[in-house]
Amino acid sequence: MSKKLVDLSNITKAYGDNVILDDLNLYVKENEFLTLLGPSGCGKTTTLRIIGGFETPDKGKVVFDGADITKLPPNERQLNTVFQKYALFTHMTIAENIAFGLKIKNKSRQYIKDKISYALKLVNLEGFENRSVDSLSGGQQQRIAIARAIVNEPKLLLLDEPLGALDLKLRQDMQYELIRLKNELGITFIYVTHDQEEALTMSDSIVVMNQGYIQQIGSPEDIYNEPQNAFVADFIGESNIVHGTFLEDEMVEIFGKKFRCVDKGFGKNKPVDVVIRPEDIDLVDPKDGTLTGVVTSLIFKGVHYEMEVLANGHEWLVHSTDLSPVGAMVGIKVDPFDIQIMQKPQSEDEEAVISDEQ
Amino acid sequence: MVRKISRRAYLAIMLIFLYAPIVTLMVLSFNASKSRAKWGGFTLKWYKQLFSNQDILNALYTTLIIAFLSALIAVILGTMASIAMNSMKKKPRAILMAVTNIPMLNADIVTGISLMLLFIAMNLFFHTRIRLGFGTVLLAHISFNIPYVILSVMPKLRQINKNTYEAALDLGASPIYAFYKVILPEIFPGILSGFLLAFTMSLDDFTITYFTTGPGIDTLSTKIYTEVRKGIKPEIYALSTLMFVAVLVLLIIINRKSDVKEKA
Repeated sequence: MSKKLVDLSNITKAYGDNVILDDLNLYVKENEFLTLLGPSGCGKTTTLRIIGGFETPDKGKVVFDGADITKLPPNERQLNTVFQKYALFTHMTIAENIAFGLKIKNKSRQYIKDKISYALKLVNLEGFENRSVDSLSGGQQQRIAIARAIVNEPKLLLLDEPLGALDLKLRQDMQYELIRLKNELGITFIYVTHDQEEALTMSDSIVVMNQGYIQQIGSPEDIYNEPQNAFVADFIGESNIVHGTFLEDEMVEIFGKKFRCVDKGFGKNKPVDVVIRPEDIDLVDPKDGTLTGVVTSLIFKGVHYEMEVLANGHEWLVHSTDLSPVGAMVGIKVDPFDIQIMQKPQSEDEEAVISDEQ
Repeated sequence: MVRKISRRAYLAIMLIFLYAPIVTLMVLSFNASKSRAKWGGFTLKWYKQLFSNQDILNALYTTLIIAFLSALIAVILGTMASIAMNSMKKKPRAILMAVTNIPMLNADIVTGISLMLLFIAMNLFFHTRIRLGFGTVLLAHISFNIPYVILSVMPKLRQINKNTYEAALDLGASPIYAFYKVILPEIFPGILSGFLLAFTMSLDDFTITYFTTGPGIDTLSTKIYTEVRKGIKPEIYALSTLMFVAVLVLLIIINRKSDVKEKA
């Protein structure tokens, strides 16, 4: 186990009556790529800003590298931030931008010069030293912002939706670029995004947040395959969430039909939420299906077809490379390990979330 | 073709209307005859007389000093005020902006008289010993200049990405270092134009100065006013010509500077 680099305990933050974070506990291990994922207003950016020192929590403690930094101003923290809108200094050249932090630390000229060319090489912008900020594209500006941060050799890099302003293709390129940088530098990354695909692609761990609460922490696979509640299931990818009754271990009843599953320990005859990913539903001949329904819509999505199947009064979302035409009778079949059982939400907050989403 | 000619003619007529009075003034400043109706040949006599008239030179000196000092102090106070207002919430900021805008729209005579009354009332109620003169004129000019500075600095501040200052702190800059290295250069064009605006406003002012000045202290405008009451001398044409040329040169310098910057 590598050690904890950042440890947030009991963090609470409110603006007036608006509670942004409520008793948040979270730690980040050294050399981890951790992503805070959630819809806007979930508190992910506030969490990042508290770690960066731009906000002070009302309650709670921030421990960084073994020391309490809750009250430390941002300029005295050994970490750097990459902001969403780049925040480059437009009246300086690229080289001056990158040298900004190093000059404050009184590094020698030669050291600064070497660092600048090293950083530019790292972000694939060699020879850009004397260019002006305005002459760069959005993607290039963001790379400079990253270069400006990493030359200071921080232990921790905070990234606040750094790719949010870029177009899709560039965003994907930059995702790989960031993973490469992270591996080359061995710095811990805390990354904030509302883009679930971005989070799944890059992270070692994902923290799904909503309304100031952490919903689930886990690896991308965990989060996607075993969402712990309906919010996570719905936010990460597309899914079918239906009411079910957990009859006994490895057996759940949906719409009066029994489905085999692999989950245990939810009790007997307990109401539960059942998540089935659209790509995990197999459309078969009606007589072979556990449920039967009729295809109501069909959209070609490139990689697969997206179909909606009306069965037992529920619109099932199905992704498949095989097409079933609209109006066709089909059977719905799901493999046991593709059925994910979740507790019914207990807190009112979670309840509110689900009704919001629908 | 006709279109082109009429277009040019229109422009020419406009420029003639705009500049005819000033050209007249300039021509008359070189007129050897004292009469305004007769051309008596070219002379520089009025300029020589102007520069030997100690009263006018004193007034010029006072004007420039007051314009410079009031613009400088207004720029410092106005920039500080803008920074504070910029970090306020929307509603208080809007209210404060409205409050700072009112003095600009207020009639000069109201501002002038009220400032004069304030200085006198201070003596009455607080037993201060303010005497109308250089100090009161300077204070008055600072107070009416501040809104112009805020007006030109505020938009520059609003343009700055909110994260820019935070990015500087994040890279290890102290708040003061971050201000000088990052915020100040970004808003400097606004500060400069605020300074020039304030300088011109101060140079230009007659009414407020008239009410807040005391014995022995004259700016050019109040000086010219008293001179004119005794009868207009051609020296005044010479003085006005020089002032116009000075402003023109200043303007050309500013424009060229901004041109160069845009090209770079």
